[in-house]
Amino acid sequence: MRPTRSVSGRGWRYVSPLLLFTIFFFFVPFVFIVIMSTWSRVDGAILRTWNLDNYIAFFTTPHLRVALWNSVSITATVTVVSVLLAYPFAWFIAMRVPTRWQRLALVLAIVPFWTSYVVRSYAWLLVLAKNGMLNKTLMALHLVDAPLEIAATRIATVTGFVHFFVMLLTLTIYANLRQLSPNYARAAADLGAGPVAIFRHVILPLSLPGIVVGAFLTFVLCIGDYITPQILGGGNELVLPQVIMLQIGRRADFPTAASLSVILMCVVTLAYLASARWLKLERA
Amino acid sequence: MSALLNRLAPLYAAFIYAFIYLPVGVLVLFSFQGGRFPILPFNGPSLKWYREVLADEDLVEAMINSLFVAVGSSAVAVILGFLAAYGLARYLLPARGLQRALLTAPLTVSYLVIGLGLLMLFNQLGVPRSLLTIGIGHVVLNAPLCFAILYSQMGDHQANAERAARDLGAGEWQLLCLVSVPMLAPSILASYLLSMTFSWDEFIVAFLLSRFDVTLPVEIFSMLRSGLNPKTNAAGSLVFLLTLGAVILAELFIFRRATRRGRA
Amino acid sequence: MTARIGIESVSHRFGTFAALEHIDLSIEAGRFAVLLGPSGCGKTTLLSILGGFLVPSEGRVTLDGVDVTRQQPAKRATTTMFQDYALFPHMTLADNIGFGPRMRGADRMERHRRADEMLTLVGLEGMQSRKPHELSGGQRQRVALARALAVEPDVLLLDEPLGALDLNLRRQMQDELKAIQRRVGTTFVHVTHDQEEAMAIADEIVVMNAGKVEHAGSPESIYLAPKTLFAAGFMGEANTVFATVVGRDADTLQIDSPLGALSLPMSAATGGAVSAGQRVGLCFRPEHVSVNVSLPANSLPLRTRLADHAFFGTHHRARLVCDDTLEFIAHLPQEATPVSGETINVGILRSAIVVLPVPA
Repeated sequence: MRPTRSVSGRGWRYVSPLLLFTIFFFFVPFVFIVIMSTWSRVDGAILRTWNLDNYIAFFTTPHLRVALWNSVSITATVTVVSVLLAYPFAWFIAMRVPTRWQRLALVLAIVPFWTSYVVRSYAWLLVLAKNGMLNKTLMALHLVDAPLEIAATRIATVTGFVHFFVMLLTLTIYANLRQLSPNYARAAADLGAGPVAIFRHVILPLSLPGIVVGAFLTFVLCIGDYITPQILGGGNELVLPQVIMLQIGRRADFPTAASLSVILMCVVTLAYLASARWLKLERA
Repeated sequence: MSALLNRLAPLYAAFIYAFIYLPVGVLVLFSFQGGRFPILPFNGPSLKWYREVLADEDLVEAMINSLFVAVGSSAVAVILGFLAAYGLARYLLPARGLQRALLTAPLTVSYLVIGLGLLMLFNQLGVPRSLLTIGIGHVVLNAPLCFAILYSQMGDHQANAERAARDLGAGEWQLLCLVSVPMLAPSILASYLLSMTFSWDEFIVAFLLSRFDVTLPVEIFSMLRSGLNPKTNAAGSLVFLLTLGAVILAELFIFRRATRRGRA
Repeated sequence: MTARIGIESVSHRFGTFAALEHIDLSIEAGRFAVLLGPSGCGKTTLLSILGGFLVPSEGRVTLDGVDVTRQQPAKRATTTMFQDYALFPHMTLADNIGFGPRMRGADRMERHRRADEMLTLVGLEGMQSRKPHELSGGQRQRVALARALAVEPDVLLLDEPLGALDLNLRRQMQDELKAIQRRVGTTFVHVTHDQEEAMAIADEIVVMNAGKVEHAGSPESIYLAPKTLFAAGFMGEANTVFATVVGRDADTLQIDSPLGALSLPMSAATGGAVSAGQRVGLCFRPEHVSVNVSLPANSLPLRTRLADHAFFGTHHRARLVCDDTLEFIAHLPQEATPVSGETINVGILRSAIVVLPVPA
């Protein structure tokens, strides 16, 4: 986009409010977190020790490492399951639903997510509880003899996450599929490809960007989430955000919370770099 | 083979829709629960839990707080975002790419980390936690989004109209109010509504930055301490229906009318 | 390979809209045929039917006599070159071209060999590992051609392939397409709305309008002896003077027209027999109007006023008015110095005038 005016003095007037706001309320706190991660909490006070003790503690404390591992493994599971569930759904809406009903199909899929996020996790608790919907139905159909203990486990957390991210991935995959020219499939068919070959050699590779973007968003949002694991996960397996909140709430241990946040951001940055590199490779 | 696919695909889609609607369905169904617990058996429709929700002062207050914060912070977010987008798109400023990156950086950081940082900043400055601090937090979250959306909308078509207006003698202020803002009105409105939606539903920043005055998601979260309760169902369903109604109204009255006017 | 195309009484409707009405055509094997007409005339619909992407509402399509009307594109011995080329963006040129052979079970060595062969045919040798987005429009078009020919189809269908190219490149590609078709021998069916393009490359032109075939024949026959007023007007510029047939005998037609009373040979009625009392259009081309001082013997003399003119390089295009009622376009020689308003004596070459019925 080419600027149309060159008097830059006036330009600063427009940009500086948001720029200053962002610097003061985003970058300064950011720097604060990094600084705080090098301090320590000793006997109820915060000492400016300026060292990497917190990080060393992270690598040597089992339950902290486990929390990170839980975060990563749950997030990975959620990402894979959500992609597998969302792709056929997005494909169906993009390729099989008549064009003028597609927007409605998408809106219908989005509507349930206008419930509060907190409320939605709670609703899953209702469904998965020992005397909840799922168990009552399974017992009535005689598929199980005793109620399944799903709520307050990792499976419940994954289910709650997948519920949301299937919707998100459907949107990104749908958008990608929609802007594929129908002539690709036609040309492939013309050259002798059957439906399976068309999907494998043409449609799937060309829809990978949509999958990668969606998977990246899923990863970033999932790994940093506190609510769903807190409500559905039970207290046994904690994820990193829960541990961070524990440090803040119960112990007001900001240095530890800060260092854990930095570690979380590093993981997210790694994911960002991986997907950005993949997308750039694709484009080249 | 493809005939089988054609028959399976709609079934699969139906299964996914059922999965998507399951929790919401259970939520709304048991908000009308006659009995004590929001689980089967379902005892006849009853409005008593809705009555309890509306009678719960804390809940109603939290709802009003949420509205306050959403309306206020979204307005600030849109204004800041619009001005920044306008400045960067129209004026030749140094390091435009870098500035854009700085302004959209908050989009890449987890809300938990943003909330933690702000909490520490306010502690350091001695600023007490309140609806104001929540509002500031929500502006940090939403302003980059508004900026990104509005910046992408300030294309050549827009620039040409502004050039024509300046050619006809419009001053800077008139240009903004009579040309730029009205032309971008649909995007401005969309950004505002999007910010409101995010702010209204946002939990973690609100949780960290509030003390006595809380927003709705935080209040509902503390309701969960008391276990499974149809009152929570009713509160959640009420919020859902309100949001649904607001979106339908917006779609019917604001966006339909805008496109009709745009076509003329 | 190659095949003769037979189109028998093909009609197609989209809902209530009749896109094609009773098309009967035969295209000999190895010919370069062009479907020519304005947008909406049905040429692209006919191409889709030939390719197997549409099944016609009525009628048959045959290749070398075999009925292929309902055959799917994958099984049909035709390949299509799409308007947007539809090259697979994620595959190299070699993989794009090798895609068809791959679907037919060719192994990697065979695929690469074929891709090399095809790239050389279209003048892009050595670019096997490039990707489509690295190429220019003209190069992409050649790759699309190579990919379509790699499966050795009997018929190659081209859907306005040169539309996106600029003039010089288009002319160059027209020559190359013609050369490749000669070399490969496959029957080509090419859709375009550009009559110059049609004349440059076609062995046979099918002029279409509103779902019907106006005239199918060689470029010369359509230009010099068009069968309908539409065909006459669509292929280059034509002057049409409306007249009435007053009488006919064994080999002449008596016509009453604004040019005077005329007697023309029966062979001038290229659009079919005309009867006495019928309204007709007399067509002649601008280049058949001569302005020499001594007019050729076989010309119809007219005294005209030069209304306006423009220089077109090879000639001056002049609008002439006769008796303030009759207007027509003429080409004046390059060296002429026309002046608006001057009186010019011209002669219309009699043997070039065709008599065409006026459609109802």
